[in-house]
Amino acid sequence: MGTVLTVRDINVYYGAIHAIKGISFDVNKGEIVTLIGANGAGKSTTLHTISGLLRSKTGDIEFLESSIARTPAHKIVAKGISHVPEGRRIFQRMTVEENLQMGAFVSKPERIAHNLEYVYEQFPRLKERTKQIAGTLSGGEQQMLAMGRALMCDPRLLMLDEPSMGLAPILVDQIFEIIQNLHKAGTTILLVEQNAQMALSVADRAYVIETGRITLSGTGEELAKSDEVRKAYLGG
Amino acid sequence: MIFLTNLINGLSLGSVYAIIALGYTMVYGISKMLNFAHGDVIMVGAYISFCGTSYLNLPAWVSVILAMIVCTALGVLIEGLAYRPLRGTGSLAVLITAIGVSYFLQNAALLIWGSAPKVFTSVFEKFTSNISLFGGELTITWEALFTLVAAVLVMLGMTFFTGHTKVGKAMRAVSEDNGAAQLMGINVNTTISMTFAIGSALAAIAGVLLCSSYPALMPTTGAMPGIKAFTAAVFGGIGSIPGAMLGGILIGVIEIFGRAYISSELSDAIVFGVLIIVLLVKPTGLLGEKITEKV
Repeated sequence: MGTVLTVRDINVYYGAIHAIKGISFDVNKGEIVTLIGANGAGKSTTLHTISGLLRSKTGDIEFLESSIARTPAHKIVAKGISHVPEGRRIFQRMTVEENLQMGAFVSKPERIAHNLEYVYEQFPRLKERTKQIAGTLSGGEQQMLAMGRALMCDPRLLMLDEPSMGLAPILVDQIFEIIQNLHKAGTTILLVEQNAQMALSVADRAYVIETGRITLSGTGEELAKSDEVRKAYLGG
Repeated sequence: MIFLTNLINGLSLGSVYAIIALGYTMVYGISKMLNFAHGDVIMVGAYISFCGTSYLNLPAWVSVILAMIVCTALGVLIEGLAYRPLRGTGSLAVLITAIGVSYFLQNAALLIWGSAPKVFTSVFEKFTSNISLFGGELTITWEALFTLVAAVLVMLGMTFFTGHTKVGKAMRAVSEDNGAAQLMGINVNTTISMTFAIGSALAAIAGVLLCSSYPALMPTTGAMPGIKAFTAAVFGGIGSIPGAMLGGILIGVIEIFGRAYISSELSDAIVFGVLIIVLLVKPTGLLGEKITEKV
């Protein structure tokens, strides 16, 4: 099992605010790794730093054995990291199909038709709505579109930020089912969630982030049983 | 018949505004800044075309292409040197810079070409006589006709470009959410440069069309049409490409009708008055839309 992503001692600031205080972790090929923690702990900031929208002052981020800590965001995508941001951030004024085309912006032309088929296979709902303006989709459909869009570029690592946010419980189940399907298909996933219970149930390994630091780590199962995690994130 | 003549003149002037407004609205859409130097790029375009035909004896169409090339380079240069370093510093700094660039261009033109108006030779001078219809009751100038045709072509071209090409779609994506666009692998800086390039090339076309109908060319020639086209972009809904086209046409028609039927002194006041009323009733402009977040 090779290491896909290694994050070493990153420190990220928003102006004077020290948001990430020396976080290190890694993600191996084919794993689902989850970062859990309260609102504002630094989970999304970590993902933004990996995808290059924010910069770390120290440390290094290695992806497939080369450093990406200074690589511009648009080139990191081309290297194979696909990031589904918090709040989905689909292009609301574009059609479903155009959104997926944007997801394939860095893909080789000959891969696009194949990937489109794969995405429609994973999300049949999107196939029925190809010409619909994305802003008119329901919340669950928008989440599916955001995930489908991220799969269009043959990612070697898929980063999902709060995929369950704002969705009805039945849709949350559906989204996690899809995450597991992607996992079975061999996709490496870094998952950020506030819904710790769901996240730990699918994760191979997990890290708990509190105020910019990793305070606990272990397998998904271990952490789901740990007293600290149960008290803080699983409601007893 | 006077009515028809006025309508055609209005549509023609409006077409020029629409082409300029496209530049404003695209740049606003993609970088959320008001490029107040855009009007002066029109003036530069007209001067370059003027120099091409008058000093270099180039054929009219070659001088137009030359103007487009120079303006494209100028637009990219302005963006790269003046606006890009300020990206992320807040809109006020960029706005002031844009006004500064506007004055810079006007004064550079003053140094190079002097303050005396140049008489711009219409690029359609080969078509000497006007088109006469209904036994001479309706006359249309070739300039008006070609301007309309040019505007229709530009609009069709832009609609195709933004709707069906990869780069055009990337532009829409950056306009909507520049962070998410980066996560797609889109290079935002390149896309913004491209937008300035296209907007400036269109400005060159607008400059040539404008001066073909209104031939007095001065360093301040671009300022007023620039403001009117900005008004048109806001009128139609800034950030919206169809809005810029509609707004431009309407502003042109209102201006000519105001001049013909109400008062030639008040025509500008009427234009801006209509703008104020529209913005009071519909603050997002005619075709501007607010996207609400869906959960």
